[in-house]
Amino acid sequence: MATATAPVPADRSATGAPAPVRAGRRRPRREPSAERAFTRLCGAVLVVFALLWLLPLAWALATSVRPDGEINTAPTRWFGAHPTLAAYRSVLDAGHIGQWYLNSLITSALTMVITVVVASAAAFALSRVDFRGRRALYWLVLAGAMIPAQVLVVPQFKELNSVHLLNTYWAVILPQLPSAIAVFVFKSFIDGIPGELVDAARADGAGWWTVYARIVMPLTRPAVSAVAVFTFVWSWNNFLWPLLVDTSVSMMTLPVGLATTQDSYGIRYAELMASAVLGGLPLIVLFLFFQRRIVEGIAGTGLK
Amino acid sequence: MAVHSPTAPAAGPRAAPAAVRRHHWAGPGMVLPFLLLYLLFMIGPVAYNLVVSLFNTSLVHSGLGPFVGLRNYGEALTSADFWHTLWHTVWFTVLTTVPLVALSLALALMAERVRRWRWLFRTVFFAPYVLPVSAVALVFTYVYADRIGLLQHLLSLVGVTSPGWLSDPRWVLPSVAAATVWWTLGFTFVLYLAALQDIPADVLEAAAIDGAGPVRRLRHVVVPMLGRTTALVTVLQVIASLKVFDQVYLIAGSGGGPAGAARSSVEYVYDSGFTDMRVGYAATVSFLLFLVMLAVSAVWFAVSRRTDQGV
Repeated sequence: MATATAPVPADRSATGAPAPVRAGRRRPRREPSAERAFTRLCGAVLVVFALLWLLPLAWALATSVRPDGEINTAPTRWFGAHPTLAAYRSVLDAGHIGQWYLNSLITSALTMVITVVVASAAAFALSRVDFRGRRALYWLVLAGAMIPAQVLVVPQFKELNSVHLLNTYWAVILPQLPSAIAVFVFKSFIDGIPGELVDAARADGAGWWTVYARIVMPLTRPAVSAVAVFTFVWSWNNFLWPLLVDTSVSMMTLPVGLATTQDSYGIRYAELMASAVLGGLPLIVLFLFFQRRIVEGIAGTGLK
Repeated sequence: MAVHSPTAPAAGPRAAPAAVRRHHWAGPGMVLPFLLLYLLFMIGPVAYNLVVSLFNTSLVHSGLGPFVGLRNYGEALTSADFWHTLWHTVWFTVLTTVPLVALSLALALMAERVRRWRWLFRTVFFAPYVLPVSAVALVFTYVYADRIGLLQHLLSLVGVTSPGWLSDPRWVLPSVAAATVWWTLGFTFVLYLAALQDIPADVLEAAAIDGAGPVRRLRHVVVPMLGRTTALVTVLQVIASLKVFDQVYLIAGSGGGPAGAARSSVEYVYDSGFTDMRVGYAATVSFLLFLVMLAVSAVWFAVSRRTDQGV
């Protein structure tokens, strides 16, 4: 539809080849004024929604730099007369948020690395290596993709409790590792790698492990980054499971720890919003840096 | 890799014995680590759930406890709490899936048309998706708060008296759903943007040359070509919503907020297992919930196969 009057080659990727875009820009002369007005209207609607999306974040930021006393007397004012970072100081002085960050970082990073290695090896074997029971295994894994982890929390909890792993990093990590979706994404990607590459290496005497590590994995980089990003974000945001297994404050992950601030700060909204900002801002910054990779990871692999 | 003995000099089909052995062990060996974890943390717990659902197992006592047959199932299916929480969950699913699909499709179509600043819109809509759920909950608990909240304030500026967004049993679930839409819309938006870029321009040109106006091109070309994405997005969202716990628990409060009006099915499992310590009963509810999700997936599978054949 957008291409209606300014035909542009379709497969310009998000990376944006500049030439066709410029060609598109020269043409709008031909665009009938009704269509142009409609495009403007679309732009206006988008801007309204974008502002709406920014509003809660801006509100949290504005509140976090106001003194608590001012919030109580005039709760809905955007800007106070005395901006202060006192709330941030008080949240940081409480001392837990740094530990929670570290816990989240360690558990998410380990989950991500192990998932990528384990799932890609399994996917490679399921895709390229002939062995007995391969198809049955694949179906078993696919079935697992439909089982939501949430319905398994009780047995998983009993399991980890019986081996005394509660309140450890492994308690958070282990149940997240068998990711059927990761296997699925890797397999559909590896399926698309030309068979001749693998056959040629095999004919040269390379073992399956060599083929996997030297030939297939380097070609699978987009799938690796997609799975890595997904796994990291999901693990970082996992809430119910760490809530159950991290009961000691020093072992909590960030989402679980942040949830406890609601109780400890009560109605001190500046502190609450400062916690939210401190909990969320670094991820937003990280996202701004890796935006291209994250978005391409989501859009590019299997999930379309 | 180096795990295997140095490659035989005379490689190829001649080196049959070594190759055959690798052939046999490499495959299972590569699947093994995944399979082990999978058995320990997926298949095992599923099997345990199935067995335990037939017993009156408790969290605090070891062992399975007395065998009760299907009595747990009978209790769940006749329990008002079970049906209430299931209804809340389904209602939440409707309240999130419909706006998420419709709104992100509309926004993606507009962004594709406007072109300019597309990356900016993508950034703005996607940014909330990376926030931890508790940060989202903190912000929205405040936005929805009675008297001091931003939403009531903004609505009062245009002369609307709003209900207590989190204190009115009728509004608490829609409020959490709206926060969820805000939080996760970017993901769907990005999928739609990518799908839109994959539509070949010549298809649209051909339609235009055949005299199809923008509206007809949209209805008969663009939207049908997004069918696969819509199906995928819908089923992902439905399943994510059916297993909702985090934001409902955090925003509405534990126990489901006012009159338990926002208690979800997973929270019911959580309460039965960890508050009432009734592991057997919690397993039963888990299994019933799993059946519901399986049914949804099956429907999706059937529908998507039909659309695949149609295109």
